[in-house]
Amino acid sequence: MKGLTGLLAAIVLMALAGCSTGAGSPSGDASAAGSSAGSSGGEALTVFAAASLKNSFTELAKAYEAEHPGSSVTLSFAGSADLATQISQGAPADVFASADTKNMDKLQQAGLVDGDPRIFATNTLAIAVPRGNPAGIRSFADLAKPGTRLVQCAPQVPCGAAATAAEQQTGTHLSPVSEENSVTDVLGKVVSGEADAGLVYVTDVKSAAGKVESVAFPEAAAAVNSYPIAALAGSRNGAAVQAFLDLVTGPEGQQVLADAGFGGGRQ
Amino acid sequence: MPVSAAAGSERHNVSHAYRGVPRWTYVVAVLAATVVILPLFAMVARVNWANFLPLVTSESAVSALGLSLRTSAVSTILCIVLGVPLALVLARGRFRLQGLLRALVLLPLVLPPVVGGIALLYTFGRQGLLGRTLEVLGLQIAFSTTAVVLAQTFVALPFLVVSLEGALRTGGERYEAVAATLGASPGRVFRSVTLPLVLPGLASGAVLSFARSLGEFGATLTFAGSLQGVTRTLPLEIYLQRETDPEAAVALSLVLVAVAVAVVALAYRRPAGAGMAFWKQRTTPAAAADRDVL
Repeated sequence: MKGLTGLLAAIVLMALAGCSTGAGSPSGDASAAGSSAGSSGGEALTVFAAASLKNSFTELAKAYEAEHPGSSVTLSFAGSADLATQISQGAPADVFASADTKNMDKLQQAGLVDGDPRIFATNTLAIAVPRGNPAGIRSFADLAKPGTRLVQCAPQVPCGAAATAAEQQTGTHLSPVSEENSVTDVLGKVVSGEADAGLVYVTDVKSAAGKVESVAFPEAAAAVNSYPIAALAGSRNGAAVQAFLDLVTGPEGQQVLADAGFGGGRQ
Repeated sequence: MPVSAAAGSERHNVSHAYRGVPRWTYVVAVLAATVVILPLFAMVARVNWANFLPLVTSESAVSALGLSLRTSAVSTILCIVLGVPLALVLARGRFRLQGLLRALVLLPLVLPPVVGGIALLYTFGRQGLLGRTLEVLGLQIAFSTTAVVLAQTFVALPFLVVSLEGALRTGGERYEAVAATLGASPGRVFRSVTLPLVLPGLASGAVLSFARSLGEFGATLTFAGSLQGVTRTLPLEIYLQRETDPEAAVALSLVLVAVAVAVVALAYRRPAGAGMAFWKQRTTPAAAADRDVL
């Protein structure tokens, strides 16, 4: 049995090693700029960020590496709830950027957050329709027209919670044909033309420009999602973490985020 | 089934055969079993038993389980209706490109289900190969329960075909040949000889198809969407609950594990007999043939 235990331990270790390289792999292009990542003085940062931040944070990570020679930023993008679960299960992250305050609060209550989270961006809902807008959607109320194939997020995920808020605000009752787990799944169903309309974020419509058209609706103001960012308690790179947070909340970061369609954060 | 007595005697004969196993294989075998069993054990250890019943009897959970059982049953019937002739053609037919056809039909066995979902989307989706025609006929498949059944059938059909084709091949053709010389038409031979002979293989194939349908996730999510009572089967419900309520996800996972255990137990009920005719190559069909046909 001793040999067996040893073997098991070896397998677990191998699996863990595989895990950590797996988590690091998304960084591929982002950390490419940090050519001397392994050299002395190079600070390695691991940033867990909501999927909707993919484009802007990839750009910001490159900017950070350029400004701090020898440093490297590893990025991991997923749904905020997934990332929060990974962090609470001990994933080695230095920074967490969530698409909602709920998941950040969860980590804060668990004592995993260092300092107070800062709201660095906001995102609002928009209606995405396939090119040519075949169902003729012009307003939020049009989504409730009989025969309209609407796809939205499930109420359990941030974009779905925002959709529910907009629904309550307008008194419109929506009956979607599908409630997806992530906003990218909703967007995919609109891009492929399966859905007549999808409730997504302004930033999603912007990133899929050319593949979908956007219908803005004033009621979206009632359902604004706030994005908090914070250093994590397990981090050992205090100065580097602070520098990255300053970049995101500073003028350069705010410009990159605004270009992607995000609203400004609160200082 | 009447097979067990014959199979039992076969097993008795085999017990005098060589059974030497190198000692080290036991160590690796235990390790291999641990790789499969440990994660299941870890999950069961996480179940909140105090809340278990309320969690698995919530409205959304019951709706998802009901939908899963209904769609899997329909898919299994479709697999039998479509799979039996296909297996027969693959096992007994003689035509060009037979090998290629078999390889293509078995492809979903190794294909990631999400790829299957994308393929189905471009076939039955609104903009798909058949989608426009279907829409003209007033049929909308995407986002409907039909889409769930299609996705399940797509991934489960190869299981039935593999099991049945194996049973047909190992069963041989001598009884059919005898029946034919006695003047039975191919249809009569199929109904009276072939089908009873391969029934165990068909049964285990159907059980495996049902199990595969029950576990279908990727193709459904990609192709059918997710809406309570319409397309959100139990695996999709688990995936969604995991976002906000990991406890509910674990409890529902356990339900699925229990169903899977029952299904596997059903398929392997007689280790040397009725179940898994595909894997038990020589023993059963001949024994069954001796009893049931002669």
